[in-house]
Amino acid sequence: MTAPLHETSAGESTATVVGAPDAPGTPDNSGTPDASAKAIQGRSPWQIAWTRLKRDKLALAGAFVVVFLILVAILAPVIVGLLGHPPDEFHEDQIDPLFGTPIGSWGGISSDFLLGVEPVNGRDVFSRIVYGARISLLVAFLAAVFAVVLGTVLGIIAGYFGGWIDAALSRVMDVMLAFPQLLFTIALVSVLPNELLGLDGSGVRIAALVLVIGFFGWPYVGRIVRGQTLSLRNREYVEAAQSLGAGRFYILRRELLPNLIAPIMVYATLMIPTNILTEAALSFLGAGVKPPTASWGQMLSTAITTYEADPIFMVIPGFAIFITVLAFNLFGDGVRDALDPKGSR
Amino acid sequence: MLAYIVRRLFAVVVMLLVVTLVTLSIFFLIPKMTGSDPAAMFVGKQADPASIEGIRQKLGLDEPILVQFWHFVSGIFVGRDYTGGGDTIHCAMPCFGYSFRTEQDVWSMLVDAFPVTLSMVIGAAVLWLVLGVSTGVISALKRGTIIDRAAMITALAGVSLPIFFTAMLAMLVFRTQLQWVDASYTPITESFTGWFGGLLLPWVTLAFLYAAMYARLTRATMLEVLGEDYIRTARAKGLPEPVVLGKHAMRSTMTPILTIFGMDLGALVGGAILTETAFSLHGLGGLAIKGVSERDLPLILAVTLITAACVVVANLVVDLLYAVIDPRVRLA
Repeated sequence: MTAPLHETSAGESTATVVGAPDAPGTPDNSGTPDASAKAIQGRSPWQIAWTRLKRDKLALAGAFVVVFLILVAILAPVIVGLLGHPPDEFHEDQIDPLFGTPIGSWGGISSDFLLGVEPVNGRDVFSRIVYGARISLLVAFLAAVFAVVLGTVLGIIAGYFGGWIDAALSRVMDVMLAFPQLLFTIALVSVLPNELLGLDGSGVRIAALVLVIGFFGWPYVGRIVRGQTLSLRNREYVEAAQSLGAGRFYILRRELLPNLIAPIMVYATLMIPTNILTEAALSFLGAGVKPPTASWGQMLSTAITTYEADPIFMVIPGFAIFITVLAFNLFGDGVRDALDPKGSR
Repeated sequence: MLAYIVRRLFAVVVMLLVVTLVTLSIFFLIPKMTGSDPAAMFVGKQADPASIEGIRQKLGLDEPILVQFWHFVSGIFVGRDYTGGGDTIHCAMPCFGYSFRTEQDVWSMLVDAFPVTLSMVIGAAVLWLVLGVSTGVISALKRGTIIDRAAMITALAGVSLPIFFTAMLAMLVFRTQLQWVDASYTPITESFTGWFGGLLLPWVTLAFLYAAMYARLTRATMLEVLGEDYIRTARAKGLPEPVVLGKHAMRSTMTPILTIFGMDLGALVGGAILTETAFSLHGLGGLAIKGVSERDLPLILAVTLITAACVVVANLVVDLLYAVIDPRVRLA
């Protein structure tokens, strides 16, 4: 069900080509904010984009939340050490033995348990949310990197070389886009053993999640990169490089890749929230990381049996996912608008 | 045109075969590589060796993957007999497999589940298409106003909410607290109001997510279209604004949206796994989850195949419709 999301953002971001045809090679990145102080100055597309991004309040708010979440994920042990209990420690004294719900009102929220306790076993929800951020962000980032690298390489190859290579790669992308991703992943994860390649328990599952989400993500990147490469490869500056005797790989690396960075960057930022949702969905369906490792989707799947008696335990991880995805989407939309050469918003 | 259809149909068949083969391989090759016995997986934990052996023979798990593949595919067209462990189970055409867990023909399980998914998806699709497209168009026309910003922020929030969370929130508020709607699904043949009440929340929840996506897409497409030369020409030659928008702009705006609508519809009919799980509906998505949690290979194989078939067929229909709607598209 996340596929249409890709579709939407793919459609939106096709318009995003930052053309720097007269300045191939590494874009001039010296333009930090204070460098634009002089009266009239040539500005690179990157500087223009940066100025635009700085004016976009919503995108900045998104970026701020994203940075905050990354810090939370990195500093999880410190934060939990200061404000919470170990994430897999049981606190059955906080639980009503008769109903399995927290004794305290509002899901057991107190100064001791900042976000309440989990029904039945009384684990600290705050600690599990903080540790859940690690899984969520780690899987989403790594899967996005994997998809972007694979999609870029194969997309460039398809677009630049054309012919039967292009035909074959395009077919593969079509097939992959029609695969029922969620169903496939849960089927795959259900047959995975607990130990694989020296990893065990959550390690296997995290690796499987990254690989599967990334693997199903690359065709979306591949299609865009292929399209861009097709339109760029006949530009004058490529011909100029060819007539100067540049080899194919030199042209790929020095002439094409720099001009593809903008659309790839936009797509990568917008892919992260989609990946977070996919990870949550898979964990919700029981195909993600297993307890005791905490993940937001898995907390929601626990909540589905208890939410009528203890709604707080359902609302908190749901909002954690919502806020995180929203922040990345705001930031991603901002980056896209900032890099859009046509856009003045 | 005919040659194009034939070629596309051929591609569809090849793709479905690939999906079947890959699914079979997951359940056949991965357990083998990691040293566990697939037959034992399908029987359950407290299985005696005899019944494991029976399953192995019935499913032909010792045979090469391509032979198993052939048995499966031919079963769809001519039916299939499962022999082994001293008895034979006949599975009539179209045989999508036999579930040893539930001792049922998979095809009959699919037939039972399909109306649930179909009712859910069609109802939601009507809602989200109307809601999403109209919001997107209004937003594009009122670009930059407070209406546009409010609509787009709501839409962004909509696409950022995991559907299973929205589903639980909706159930909590409207079912548990306010008690406006009933809990369970009733077939339309039994009671229309029961059917309507049982599906109202799934419809609204699913439609909210998709309406948000469609509103964003419609707005972006519409803005792009409004910047095109032919719109300026239409205005310059003095056409009234309703004609420019209604006839000229809407036509190009709708083409990409219909494309995605077709694909979304196909994907959802093939299994709205998350929505069905959250609302405990027993449609195709629910069947898929049941199959995975019980490690019922024949069931998973069939549902995966049906899901992929829905997506691929929807793609084909969309491509053909495209040629009808948009005269610029030429089928080579």
